Amino acid sequence: MTPSRAAFTAILAKDLRAELRTLQSLPAMALFATTTFVIFRFGLDRTSLSGSLASGVLWATLLFAALLGVNRLFVAEREEGGFDAIRLAPIDRSALFAAKATALFTYLVVLELVVVPIFALFFLDSAAALAPLAAVLLLADLGIAATGTLISSMAVHSRARDLLGPLVLLPLVVPLMIAATGASEPLLAVGGPGYHRFGTWLAVLSLYDLIFLLVGWAVFDFLLED
Amino acid sequence: MSEAAVAVAGLRRDYGERTALDGVGFELARGETLLVLGPNGAGKTTLLRILATLLRPSGGEVRVLGCRIPGEAWKLRGRIGLLGHEPLLYRDLSGRENLRFHARLHGLRGEPAEARIAELLAAVGMERRAEGRVAELSAGMRQRLAICRCVLHEPELLLLDEPDSNLDAGGRELARGLIGPGESHARVVVSHDPERFEPEADQVLRLEAGGKPVAA
Amino acid sequence: MYGKGLRPLSIATVVAIAGAFSLVFFYAPLDADQGFVQKIFYIHVPLAIVALVGFVVGAVFAILHLRSGDRRWDAYSYVSIHMSVIFGVAVLITGAIWAKASWGHWWVWDEPTLVSFLIVFLMYATYYPFRYAIEDPERQARYASVFAVTAGAFVPLNFMAVRLAESLVHPRVFATTNGGLPGSMMFTFLACLVAVALLWVTLVKLELTAKSASGQLKRLRRALDAPAAGAGSRIAPEVS
Repeated sequence: MTPSRAAFTAILAKDLRAELRTLQSLPAMALFATTTFVIFRFGLDRTSLSGSLASGVLWATLLFAALLGVNRLFVAEREEGGFDAIRLAPIDRSALFAAKATALFTYLVVLELVVVPIFALFFLDSAAALAPLAAVLLLADLGIAATGTLISSMAVHSRARDLLGPLVLLPLVVPLMIAATGASEPLLAVGGPGYHRFGTWLAVLSLYDLIFLLVGWAVFDFLLED
Repeated sequence: MSEAAVAVAGLRRDYGERTALDGVGFELARGETLLVLGPNGAGKTTLLRILATLLRPSGGEVRVLGCRIPGEAWKLRGRIGLLGHEPLLYRDLSGRENLRFHARLHGLRGEPAEARIAELLAAVGMERRAEGRVAELSAGMRQRLAICRCVLHEPELLLLDEPDSNLDAGGRELARGLIGPGESHARVVVSHDPERFEPEADQVLRLEAGGKPVAA
Repeated sequence: MYGKGLRPLSIATVVAIAGAFSLVFFYAPLDADQGFVQKIFYIHVPLAIVALVGFVVGAVFAILHLRSGDRRWDAYSYVSIHMSVIFGVAVLITGAIWAKASWGHWWVWDEPTLVSFLIVFLMYATYYPFRYAIEDPERQARYASVFAVTAGAFVPLNFMAVRLAESLVHPRVFATTNGGLPGSMMFTFLACLVAVALLWVTLVKLELTAKSASGQLKRLRRALDAPAAGAGSRIAPEVS
């Protein structure tokens, strides 16, 4: 058996290299998010946002941009035979789940590094909330990475895969979004970041991440068979 | 070892209501070649995918390299080389990057991996074309790379689906060096052209539409 | 073989439902502030509980399917989830009626249990397009089981998150009224719960029996080389 860590780094490095070379997912996600901010500017007819409105706009936009990346996550494995190659190799299949979830997590972090400052620039009066917001973003990214990888690996084997992924993923991330918006709302409130129930929401986010990473890890074997 | 490389009896595979393989049986010794012939839809590719442990049999006995399928399929990973319709290469990576990726999946890295890749690329005449993206290569060049990928980890059993497709005469000659008959590996070759591989085959299995073996 | 015991079970269900309804209408006292409409509670809450338990049962069957590879468990899982989704529709409708009668709106967002149930319902509603989109029957069964397990883990998390979000706004009055249920109301409620649970089991058994019969018919037709009578359902698993 090839050690899991070697397989994990091989698959992750392959994915990141291909993304860097083709730039298929990330620029599209960033562009999508930025344009969505502009649409919200006019849809809400507001030039500055705070509190629940700011939190809602930010998370709705990030979630829908994330769906673009989720949809593309396994396309190369499906169309270019990566699933078969990985199943023929002497590796633990969980390495594929871990590598793909890490790749998606990386995309989301990079997306947010670009897009959240733009959001602050467009709508926020001060950048003071960004530091604590980073903790919420990271925990939410982990949850989206876990569920997104799980759903995407199944959706890619279906017809209408671009439809099926978002369809199933959206209700699944509702609890994650409840916690993320709940934590962000006081952070983005007028008059500087507040920390009302910040710890509770971070705990909910962590619990969500933990449960779905475990579920993904446990069931992923069943998803690779024909 | 005296045990057969592949032993199949009464193999059956259904896709929902459709039967793709029905009562296939053969035994293949190490170092030997089995040629599987049949028209489209005779289940040739299905047979290869079952032997490669990518597809579960619906019924019958299958033993590959001494391991029962599907029960002990995990013991076979890394011991089989599959050359199918799809080259199993990522279009956005170069040929060398693809081979490096597969080498790492098979636990081969660093200097030995680079040496093995260079040796294989030279064997199929691809040393100079190994740095370009696979998407930019012709179908024949891709097939050459796929052959390298298939034998990279020195498999004990080669499963070859139309191994000559897209190859010119020179390519076929080079390919023979890597995936031709040999002492070190058994081969199952699938083709619908009876002429091509008959000379190198120790056994021939003929399938008809619906996956039934043709009585000799 | 699934038909065995269906008749006594059906009779028991009819008797239980008739009994429970008589208790609701003739025995349980009128609620002091909500009046007659409060009696919808006896159907709404048991439906919700049975539907949620049904989702969990579906997840358990799914685990059995993944562990054993026996397709029969997938059929059990499918029928459990299917029946719970149907019960879920009834839960949302009765919930809306209750909300309209007691708060004047067809939908209220500050009743966390109802909101949670809506989200769970939306999650399981995607089970059908999910199954439908996967063509290979074996893969469909396996993925459906993974879906059922994942959604099963999602249910408690979702209830927790929604409850936390709500209690931010105002404290729950409802929990205390529920907790201090008078004995006669409690008894009626439990009788209704048993009746609804029996109904769920009977309907699940009935659907499995019907599927098994049509599966056998299909096999017979195939054996006789007769053409199949129309295309069967692509999402419902076959039962042998």
